[in-house]
Amino acid sequence: MDKVDLSQFQFEGLEAQHLSDLRSLDEHDRERLLMSGVDVSELGRSGSFLHMDHAEAYCNTKNEGVEIMDIKDALKKYDGLPEYFWKLVDKDKDDYTRKANEVLQGGYFIRTRPGAKIKEPVQSCLFIKSQKAGQSVHNIVIVEEDSELHIITGCAVSRDTQSSAHIGISEFFVKKNAKLTFTMVHNWGENVSVVPRSAGVIEEGGVFQNNYVLLKPVKYLQMYPTLTLAGRGAVARFNSVMVAPKGSHIDSGNRIILNAPDTRGEIISRTISTGGTIIARGDIQAYAVPARGHLECKGLILGGGVIHAIPELKGAAEGVELSHEAAVGKIAQEEIEYLMARGLDEEEATSTIVRGFLNVDIMGLPAKLKESIDRTIEESQKDMF
Amino acid sequence: MLHIENLHVKIGEREVLNGIDLHIKEGETFILFGPNGSGKTSLLMTLMGFGNYTVTEGKIVFKGQDITAATTYERARLGLGMSFQRPPTIHGLPVRQMLKLIARGRDVDLEGMARQVNFHQFLERDVNAGFSGGEIKRSEILQLMAQKPSLVLFDEPESGVDLENMALIGRTVRELIENGRTPEPGHSMKELRARRQTSGLIITHTGYILDYITADRGQVLYNGHLCCEDSPRRILEHIRQYGYKECVRCLRVPAGLADAPQE
Repeated sequence: MDKVDLSQFQFEGLEAQHLSDLRSLDEHDRERLLMSGVDVSELGRSGSFLHMDHAEAYCNTKNEGVEIMDIKDALKKYDGLPEYFWKLVDKDKDDYTRKANEVLQGGYFIRTRPGAKIKEPVQSCLFIKSQKAGQSVHNIVIVEEDSELHIITGCAVSRDTQSSAHIGISEFFVKKNAKLTFTMVHNWGENVSVVPRSAGVIEEGGVFQNNYVLLKPVKYLQMYPTLTLAGRGAVARFNSVMVAPKGSHIDSGNRIILNAPDTRGEIISRTISTGGTIIARGDIQAYAVPARGHLECKGLILGGGVIHAIPELKGAAEGVELSHEAAVGKIAQEEIEYLMARGLDEEEATSTIVRGFLNVDIMGLPAKLKESIDRTIEESQKDMF
Repeated sequence: MLHIENLHVKIGEREVLNGIDLHIKEGETFILFGPNGSGKTSLLMTLMGFGNYTVTEGKIVFKGQDITAATTYERARLGLGMSFQRPPTIHGLPVRQMLKLIARGRDVDLEGMARQVNFHQFLERDVNAGFSGGEIKRSEILQLMAQKPSLVLFDEPESGVDLENMALIGRTVRELIENGRTPEPGHSMKELRARRQTSGLIITHTGYILDYITADRGQVLYNGHLCCEDSPRRILEHIRQYGYKECVRCLRVPAGLADAPQE
């Protein structure tokens, strides 16, 4: 798979109009947002952020414990964010990071107050509406000491958008005893190329739970978010669910670096190919003890395609405990027959098993988002059998 | 309820059942004995219609319908219910959700049923994930309670179950098959028994289950043949004393003499 040719896309000049209300989006766009976990009514949300094409379109904070603004405003307000901006991701890593450094369209800056437990999620959406649009955003999330935050971020393209590209730099800072749940739902299109570059650092006693859901086609997705556990007792978890229909090329990994004693890392990925290609990578590295890590990547091939699971473990200290479990296969006939013996027909049985396999339940998502994901899984099952 | 006629079954090229005839009446409980590998589990699997078991001759009639070619779920919906001895784990499917799927929209008291088999603390666990032998049995019984079959196929209710759990499992199997009938004023037990609809076909090695249920008839399956019909208790005593070798002799005796006393 060739890299994304950035010269094919327009990175400037598509500044969206500012919206006074998310409900002013048209029906199709609202629908796309909803599928990505973004509720335009903003009920049950602590705040919202929308970046459309090349600029911020909406930003609203409902909870004074959390600050949400466009990254450009944050850079101005906080003198360029010297402790955070380009601190975890190398701006010279590749063509995409260089492009992102060269063209900064926006992105979100989200920071909690120390000790603030933000119960309702903050929602954000990076949306592409124009043809041939190249989106380049930079996001910074800071969860201050003893605070808690859940961010739901949906990335989507408008129904009519054909070809586009998205570069997203994300840097996460989870401070001492803080907790971040970050749920990302991708709804790109079959002509959209996506290259997120994400990294996070978790300090002592901090927890980072990262959920990733991709059920819709994408032309090309390549990412390898890395979380470093830098303080004693820090915990990181990745849960990913990916479906690749024909035409999708997904190269996606998760990396956890256990750099302090008493740290734990877990990577779980569930992938289904219905004709596309998935390279499911995973890497846990341990440089301190005691440290525990477990990596589980399981794939089902339903209706063609390729799944290439590449789990890696590196222990660099005596006493580390790292393990992995990888499987690529099909639905067991025995399981289908078991459910059929209880009265489920073959289709009900297989869809029940697939839904259980994808196991979105463990992500602990708000009911509405969970429903929307369940519906999308159901729709995508048409390609599976 | 169930009529099996001259049933021949193959797994691949190997014939595992060669000419089974078996009738089970409404409300009747039938016990199937037999050594390991004699074809007992194959018979149950064939009745349920699983893929590996190919009927080459004969037919299965259930509630008056020829189900020899029916799919597994059609049989289940018609009222055949089976307790698996080694069911697969279904990851990501909690027991509670499984029970709802089985009930198919019928209003059932899941909590109450689960408490009956002491399984309410497992409702949020994935089906069969890390269950012990006894937990698997309780889970299977609970699923059958939600399914309400009219013929229960039970493969070794006592396997992998400790003595303490055996009493619970024995009682609930009785509940499932005998619908918990106790004498009522104005009706004799005999009348109640006649009204009973649920039948059972139970495989047992140890016979412990016979302490809990009223089994009407029994037979030994040996090498793919059914033989030696008698009361289950008598068959059990006989096997305990002499093993299955007597069945071999019994099969050698020409038909017609097989029923004659052997001693």
